[in-house]
Amino acid sequence: MEQKKVDKPKKVRTKRSLSTKLTPYAYTMPAIILFLVFTVYPMINMIRLSFYEWNGLTEEKFVGLQNYNYLFNLQVDFKIALQNTLVYTVSVVFFLLLFALIFAVWLQKDSKINAMVQRLMFFPHLCSMLAISTVFSWLMDEEGLFNAVLSFFDLPGLRWLNDSTTAMMSIVIIAVWKGMGYHALILLSSLKSIPTEIYEAAALDNTPPVRKFFRITIPLLSPQLFFMLINITLSSFKVFESIRVLTKGGPGKSTIVLVYYIYEYAQSNLKYGVAAAAGVVLLIFLAILTVIYFRLINRRVHYQ
Amino acid sequence: MLGLTKKQRRNIKRTSLNILEWIFKLAVCVMFLFPFYWMVITSFKPYLETLQFPPTLWPETFTLSGYFTVFEELEVLRYIKNTLIVTGSVIVLQFLVNIPAAYAFAKWEYKGKGMMWAIVLATFMIPGQLTFMTIYYMFADWGILNSLLPQILPTIASAFSIFMLRQNFKQISDEVVEAARLDNASEWKILWRVMVPMAKSTVITTVLFSFIGHWNAYFWPLVMTRNEELKPITLAIDRLKSLEQGMNYTDIMAGNVILVLPVVILFLLASKKIIQAMAYRGMK
Repeated sequence: MEQKKVDKPKKVRTKRSLSTKLTPYAYTMPAIILFLVFTVYPMINMIRLSFYEWNGLTEEKFVGLQNYNYLFNLQVDFKIALQNTLVYTVSVVFFLLLFALIFAVWLQKDSKINAMVQRLMFFPHLCSMLAISTVFSWLMDEEGLFNAVLSFFDLPGLRWLNDSTTAMMSIVIIAVWKGMGYHALILLSSLKSIPTEIYEAAALDNTPPVRKFFRITIPLLSPQLFFMLINITLSSFKVFESIRVLTKGGPGKSTIVLVYYIYEYAQSNLKYGVAAAAGVVLLIFLAILTVIYFRLINRRVHYQ
Repeated sequence: MLGLTKKQRRNIKRTSLNILEWIFKLAVCVMFLFPFYWMVITSFKPYLETLQFPPTLWPETFTLSGYFTVFEELEVLRYIKNTLIVTGSVIVLQFLVNIPAAYAFAKWEYKGKGMMWAIVLATFMIPGQLTFMTIYYMFADWGILNSLLPQILPTIASAFSIFMLRQNFKQISDEVVEAARLDNASEWKILWRVMVPMAKSTVITTVLFSFIGHWNAYFWPLVMTRNEELKPITLAIDRLKSLEQGMNYTDIMAGNVILVLPVVILFLLASKKIIQAMAYRGMK
């Protein structure tokens, strides 16, 4: 505003502002174009494809809502996949949050051994799911170490991944083992941000530890816990790698999940329309969760 | 307990509780270390020893045959080369695409910014697990399926990187930028000479995520590559399972060791930095 009063530099200003008017676009456009070409357009194309019948080779044929009818009415596979995904997601969310909370509270004191335990717990998060899954499939082999331990205690061995009743449980165990340390770590850093005065006040009042935990720790962590809940739900809905490496959806259909269903229909069955329709259903789930997620981020920023 | 004062008794109670806690902590360490230990020792066991039940906790005889299979028969180095080319190109291109975009979003006001930002946010909820089916045929139309480009191009623009970098650039005060402008530095120069060094730790974090993400990448290459020559290390290791009849866990575990080793080294070198970055990512 002040510059308006001065006459001379005005010319220079306008000249410069013309170029500065264009530079933001030059800086943003590469990313935006890449997003449009590799994310937005393929998604719109997928939604369109969900109304067509296509095998990847012949002409596309418009079939209206027939693919959706196929998913929900003609066949049980999709409903099983949906159900399995929900079972997987609910179990992973529950056990990850529970264990992360227990370990975060247990390991919150600054000490060498706590730092070491935290690090060891965290490391699997960085490793390839393929490698982790493979090691566990070896441990869970019918003649593997887990059963050897069970038989040592005179317990009957389990068939783990080879039995339709225990396969999903085994996959959940692996996911929880892998993600526990990471989520404990996030909770630990928010625990550290709780002002110590609050605990000191509680100590003066002689509040018992269990009460302190439920009355102070949990409420103060609740925004973070809810945030993690959404995050884990989002990633659990997309579970694929462990399923593909370990069970390929089996035994029977006991571990077919949404993304695996989509993958099968697109890669092996070459029914792209059905795969796309299943993709649209997954997209709706993800969209709802993402909107909640960003609402939360915004609210948190405002409070800070 | 007779003859002890109350204080002594309390001390005994406390030390025994401490010892118990230590034992539990060690048990947790074992729980998280053991699968890696199992991976490594299995990779050195001869095939016949892996079939024993109950399994041996330490190899009775050592063999390098697993590593021989991985390097000689599977020629894993060829696949590692693919992974490294993809990862390297993505990281360089990500620098050129995401950093300027984040800077523009953080520091400038311009028409259409809101809509562009909405596009960035929208891509958060559209995973590759959905878009792969149409992207594959787009690449087929472009005639680039027989190259590494399908593994590189879609992962360059990263909403996550832009988001994190923008956050960090916003925290840098405008006075710093103004001061540089007064020195007649071009915007491009300001970005790379002033902003990026000041946001160094976020930049390193995004590079770290890129590296780990691409080293471990499984789904995307699986759906994008039909040609054996173009596959990354993960798919090669995955193939070990179908290479022979029956599962040869010596070979498979040797492959897994190779897959996990770079991440172990990275973690040993920079665990503090990585943990900080990861905790930060989870909080935001």
